[in-house]
Amino acid sequence: MATQVVMPKLSPTMEEGQLSRWLKKEGDQVSVGEPIAEVDTDKATMEMQALSSGVLRKILIQEGESAPLGQIIAIIGDAEEDISALVGKAGSPQEAAKTKERIESSVEAGQDGAQAEMAGVVAEGARTQATIQGEPIKGDTGAQASQGQQQPTAQGGPTTASAGGNGSGTAESAQGDGGRLIVSPIAARMAAEAGINLRSLSGSGPGGRIIKRDIEAAINSGKQAAAEQEAAPAAAAATAPPQRHLRAVETGAQPAGLPSMEGPAPYRDEPTSVMRQTIARRLVTSIGPVPHFFLTTEIEMDKAAEIRRSINEIDPELKVSINDLIIKVAAVSLIQHPQVNASFQDKAVRYYERADIGVAVAIEDGLITPVIRGAERKSLGEIAAEVRELAERARSRKLMPDEYTGATFSISNLGMMGIDEFTAVINPPEAAILAVGSMTPKAVVRNGEVVVRQIMRVTMSCDHRVIDGATGARFLQTFKKILENPLLLMA
Amino acid sequence: MAVITMREALNQALREELTRDENVFLMGEEVAAYQGAYKVTKGLLEEFGDKRVIDTPITELGFAGLGVGAAMVGLRPVIEFMTFNFSILATDQIINSAAKMRYMSGGQFKIPIVFRGPGGSAYQVSSQHSQALESWYAYFPGVKVVMPSTPADAKGLLKTAIRDDNPVVFIEQERMYGNKGEVPDTEDFTIPLGVADIKREGSDVTIVARSLMVPVALKAAEEMEKQGVSCEVIDPRTIRPLDIETIIKSVQKTNRVVVAEESHPFCGVGAEISAEITERAFDYLDAPVRRVSGADVPMPYAKNLEKLAIPDVQQIVAAVREVAYLD
Repeated sequence: MATQVVMPKLSPTMEEGQLSRWLKKEGDQVSVGEPIAEVDTDKATMEMQALSSGVLRKILIQEGESAPLGQIIAIIGDAEEDISALVGKAGSPQEAAKTKERIESSVEAGQDGAQAEMAGVVAEGARTQATIQGEPIKGDTGAQASQGQQQPTAQGGPTTASAGGNGSGTAESAQGDGGRLIVSPIAARMAAEAGINLRSLSGSGPGGRIIKRDIEAAINSGKQAAAEQEAAPAAAAATAPPQRHLRAVETGAQPAGLPSMEGPAPYRDEPTSVMRQTIARRLVTSIGPVPHFFLTTEIEMDKAAEIRRSINEIDPELKVSINDLIIKVAAVSLIQHPQVNASFQDKAVRYYERADIGVAVAIEDGLITPVIRGAERKSLGEIAAEVRELAERARSRKLMPDEYTGATFSISNLGMMGIDEFTAVINPPEAAILAVGSMTPKAVVRNGEVVVRQIMRVTMSCDHRVIDGATGARFLQTFKKILENPLLLMA
Repeated sequence: MAVITMREALNQALREELTRDENVFLMGEEVAAYQGAYKVTKGLLEEFGDKRVIDTPITELGFAGLGVGAAMVGLRPVIEFMTFNFSILATDQIINSAAKMRYMSGGQFKIPIVFRGPGGSAYQVSSQHSQALESWYAYFPGVKVVMPSTPADAKGLLKTAIRDDNPVVFIEQERMYGNKGEVPDTEDFTIPLGVADIKREGSDVTIVARSLMVPVALKAAEEMEKQGVSCEVIDPRTIRPLDIETIIKSVQKTNRVVVAEESHPFCGVGAEISAEITERAFDYLDAPVRRVSGADVPMPYAKNLEKLAIPDVQQIVAAVREVAYLD
């Protein structure tokens, strides 16, 4: 008798699982306890084992796709038996909800969810297979597993049930998130060949049907992004980009070469992992909507002050300030830590490929943040001139909107107001802002001696949906190292 | 190349085949003394005499049967139906005798016969005289079905049909008899059966059209060109055997298909082409195959309603826009 394989509950907070890899394919023999798939939960990648023996008759969700808890994701049965009724049921959201409820209640009662699930369904007269919780395979999100394992065909989407199932259920879930994808055959084929995840596209055909031109557009933007990657190895080398971005589609791509200095910063979107979505969801319930946390460090500014003094002595026209130096160092550090030069986009984390620094400028009745675009590639003199010019026009309220929007990171400096240390509020959708305090001589211990040093305290506010503590700390380490040794700007 | 009407092209084909092979003869209502109801047989009685060009009474089943018998004993009859609507009376001979005899005699009898005449709509001849019957005949193994859309195709295909050793149903179109076109002057110009012709090359949408719908589809393609959509127009020319490979190749290139036909949609040739495309090129489709067919009603007599019942340029344009997702 055929049994259903449902998305099991593999972690206490799991709501849905992303199928990272099928270990068996349709038509393979499976026996009880044998691993059949790897599932990416909000915590880890878990192995899912078969609870019944037979032939894996039908796979209902493809690798890389997610399914809510309780959704039927495969069917195990005898080689010859008719499974159309079960396949039909697979599309029904009510079925999934019912199964999920059973799993949830049994977990609460302290039972093994899978076994309780078995019992519950057997009692109902239709055996449903859940799965035994396996050992985590690895702690990451299984990006490797899904990369290079693109499903060969995407036709039908996760529930190919429409033909045999009851009509009412399928019609309403004709499209949308998690529902059945509508894709023209040539579009499905092109996507499979190009390794494009259809779920990341929105169709322009009737009823949201994904059609040929949607895939062509995705391929084109992908090509541009790829060309950009090749042409800008320096930026890419700092952090090898997660491979998963290869199938990410929405990019603010530019033609080949270094990102242009015009317009908004180019970026690539990487689909958020289940873990990242869980972090985002949970933290917002704590501090919302942007869950901030703060990192403070002390920076010894003697060398920076010296460099600034030398530059201005050589060419007084340049009028470089300490703040200009901070902008430059922040930009250079951001390029080395792209995880901080990012923003949270709900279904994706957007990584910018240029550091556009917003500089908070106090004006009458408020403040405004003119943007220094591509600051990592500008000289200190250029930055100084640009900041001066923008700040002046900001005070006379003559900035154009594109001159004060679209920064990828901001700096707020209250040092000149005598503030030692403060925290700044993130300017969404940026992921971080750096609050800079005053530079003051302090007694510090160096090599066992008390000496006087110019000390500046900076505090970075981070969006925890994008940046974790260690990520932010590593960025600040780099920032501090360069600012304390500005010669590294030359290195 | 000479520019002549389709009527003249058919006349040339008949004359050349009557001259070439003494076994060829014509038979039908008004083909001889009256020179054909549509003057396709003009001058042939005078030239070939009444043993070769024979008037019959109004007895379609009878003279179709005579033709099948003559073919069985080695002659090559060309049977004219004044219109294919009248062939309905002769279907027993066409389907039960002509189409089956070679098979049922174990190959002892060849049936080299052509049934020809105009099919489809004419000008206000109402429901019983405006029918497109190609799907009836194409349904049966044992009969070839040919539908030319240009004078050159008409001539080349009719000559080949007369030389074929199997029954051929050769359906002309009354509205097209006066259409002019270039016909090659080459001696003994023939066109093989079962080979489609690409009437216009294009890259975005394939329009499969036959007979009367070919010029209409070409006009629609011109209109779509202005709208930035490149249409390929394919005329199968022979309905059976159907040159599906040419159509499939085109669909693999364009990914979108409109099938235009004068006949009713239900169980029509367009339905068959659509099914073949879905079976053979499903993975290449970007949109459902769209048919543009004659209205699914008996042909109205009223001129304004008759016009509405036959597909026109605008209907094909609308269908092309639909499969190209322009609306």
